[in-house]
Amino acid sequence: MKIDLNRILRSYGILIAFILICIAMTILSPVFLTVTNIRNVIRQSSIYGIMAIGMTFVILTGGIDLSVGSMLAIAGAIAAGSAKGGMGLELTILIALGIGLGCGLVNGLIVTAGRITPFVVTLGMMSIARGLTLIYTKGYPISGFDETFRFIGGADILAIPFPIIVFFLTVVIAWLVLTQTRLGRYTYAIGGNEETVKLSGINSDVYKTIVYMISGITSAISALILTSRLNSAEPVAGTGYELDVIAAVVIGGTSLMGGRGSVWGTLVGALLIGVINNGMNLLGISPYFQLVVKGVIIIGAVLLDRLRQEAA
Amino acid sequence: MNTLLRMVGISKSFPGVTALSKVDFDLEPGEVHALVGENGAGKSTLMKILAGVYRADEGEIWLKDRRITAADPRAMIDAGVSVIYQELNLVPYLSVAENIFLGREPRRAGGLIDWQAMRAEVVKLLAPFKLSLDPRARVGAIGPAYQQVVEIAKALSLKADIIVMDEPTAPLTGSEVDRLFEIIRGLKAGGVSIAYISHRLEELHEVADRVTVLRDGQRMITAPLSSLTVDDIIRNMVGRQLTEQYIRAGAPSAEEVLRVEGLTRQGVCTDVTFHLHRGEILGFAGLVGAGRTEIMQLIYGYRRKDAGKVFVNGREVKIRRTRDAVKSGIALIPEERKKQGLILGLSVLDNSALTIFDLHTRAGFIRWRDIRKLVRQMVSNLGIKTPSLGQTVRNLSGGNQQKVVLSKWFVRRCEVYIFDEPTRGIDVGAKVEIYKLMESLAAGGAGIIMVSSDLLEVMNVPNRIVVVYDGRIVKEFNRGDASEEEVISYALGLGAKSS
Repeated sequence: MKIDLNRILRSYGILIAFILICIAMTILSPVFLTVTNIRNVIRQSSIYGIMAIGMTFVILTGGIDLSVGSMLAIAGAIAAGSAKGGMGLELTILIALGIGLGCGLVNGLIVTAGRITPFVVTLGMMSIARGLTLIYTKGYPISGFDETFRFIGGADILAIPFPIIVFFLTVVIAWLVLTQTRLGRYTYAIGGNEETVKLSGINSDVYKTIVYMISGITSAISALILTSRLNSAEPVAGTGYELDVIAAVVIGGTSLMGGRGSVWGTLVGALLIGVINNGMNLLGISPYFQLVVKGVIIIGAVLLDRLRQEAA
Repeated sequence: MNTLLRMVGISKSFPGVTALSKVDFDLEPGEVHALVGENGAGKSTLMKILAGVYRADEGEIWLKDRRITAADPRAMIDAGVSVIYQELNLVPYLSVAENIFLGREPRRAGGLIDWQAMRAEVVKLLAPFKLSLDPRARVGAIGPAYQQVVEIAKALSLKADIIVMDEPTAPLTGSEVDRLFEIIRGLKAGGVSIAYISHRLEELHEVADRVTVLRDGQRMITAPLSSLTVDDIIRNMVGRQLTEQYIRAGAPSAEEVLRVEGLTRQGVCTDVTFHLHRGEILGFAGLVGAGRTEIMQLIYGYRRKDAGKVFVNGREVKIRRTRDAVKSGIALIPEERKKQGLILGLSVLDNSALTIFDLHTRAGFIRWRDIRKLVRQMVSNLGIKTPSLGQTVRNLSGGNQQKVVLSKWFVRRCEVYIFDEPTRGIDVGAKVEIYKLMESLAAGGAGIIMVSSDLLEVMNVPNRIVVVYDGRIVKEFNRGDASEEEVISYALGLGAKSS
């Protein structure tokens, strides 16, 4: 049997790149391959990794969600307010998820019923949710929670940090939804050719709305983790997160045109960004320079993906 | 010899079809030469060869006594041939002047566009038309009549002495048509020759000098219009050889499966009423653009109707979106199968199962095993050649892609199947296969609507035929009750023929 190198590269290219970078880091830095460091990398990746899973749904339909960072901020702030107001853990979580869901619903409805491009709608929501956060917090952080709330971001289960468990659970659930449910198959189909989907008797608007709600929920999950971990909800939390989130999805091989991609790719994409951030810190590379490297990697990953598509 | 254009013995084949065989066409200076024929008779192909879009398999093109050998669109424009397609080639957001000079803008020293020179030139070009058209107006805002004038002005600015017009009067109102004819007469007087494609036979006498009738890719007649009546022209358009094997639909049952009453949408169709029996194939005949596709999309809920009721099995169904239509058992197999029927980046399985995920889900999870079984069965029934169900549809051949669209609908078992131009662009063998499939669906108790612009096909396959003209059903025939001349006469909006 012949080994089809092209096929392997096409399916696992980003994974191979990820492994190579990990090997290189292990050689360059003695600290990299330690349990503490790996735990740190994955835990840090979890915050935007979870959001990137929601973003994967949106991008698979051919849309985009620029409001994830602001949705994180408002869900985090209101959750913090609730926690401090003595709402109890369950209610606090429900409130945060409800906020994310609501913002996503508004995004989805305006995109579908208002027929405005997702870029503009979520750009608007990015500003609105940020503004509401600042109004709600009056510009000050909300800090200092009881032990139960700090569990979300801080606790370990069987030596695994809770955020990491949530991240991997999100990936698995998203994978099941994408492969085993109508919502999942329609998500790919809408990104592939929405006209065909409509003509096949599917109410595509409903499903398009749902993907924005999913993105809202994953932003709220990350909000809970971040707020709990920092023991504080900052009004400016999540600023600029949309870039890392979109980068993780794109590096993971999901097409911005929609219709093609997977959550496993996004998982690797998120971890790759985490490893690169961590690695450059370990190597003492200036954070200014890190931005440049990250940008090069984003463009490089998409360029490679396009070349592979053309070769196929 | 001072003939401006001579096309001699032009032949052109596409895979499976002969579009033109040994067709002659010529133009004298300052002449309007009409080109008519049924849908698919070869008019557009002939003009695309003239425009250099297609290359003829055989034949010669002589322009001003010079033989054209390497015909590509650029070369033909430079040689003085401009084509005004039905779908105008204008940029709606740019001004009249910018459209006319797109890519050839006059420049000033320094590379900036010389707006003044451009406008002055446009005013000069438009002067003979005696219109009040501002060169600075946005093309998207000036209406179809003026847009055509812009195309004509563009052709003149390119120093065209041959202008091909494809159905120029189709989007125009009565007074606009008169003005266009005025302009055409002006062009003639200026020595420009026009090849004029039109379905509106009655207007030819007003504007054209000669007419050439094509049928089935062959030239039937070329004659001065003064020597022909509209009936003479029609007689030459019809009478295609029955080369294809038509499968005739069997006898339908008396049970009504679909009834449409008073379907109306402003500017699209008016008071469309018809019914369909189980086991029946109902043909929708008419010209391209008569509104048949739009009528089907209205029934199917893909467009919103102003008025009208749809009944399935005698019960009224409220169809607001495609979902409602599919739920009540109506399937629409669209004309643009690749663009509207497939998701090229997804697998055969995903494409075929798109219509049935809702039927095979338990507790939220898709029952892939059931779906696989159904799709595998359908793939083998239809003879779709694919290495696996997971194969991306993009990688299949065109014919197999077409079948995937069918499999998508056949797995769902609908009550009514609407086929929009099911045989367009496919070869004879595949056509017969499609007829057989429709017949077997009908035999299984479904009702079939077949929209077809192929006159012979639509007269021979269905049990009944309705003729659509300008968004209305103008006539209904049983198979065998009408002659081709009658059907085409209704399709052309001429009504009952006297003969």
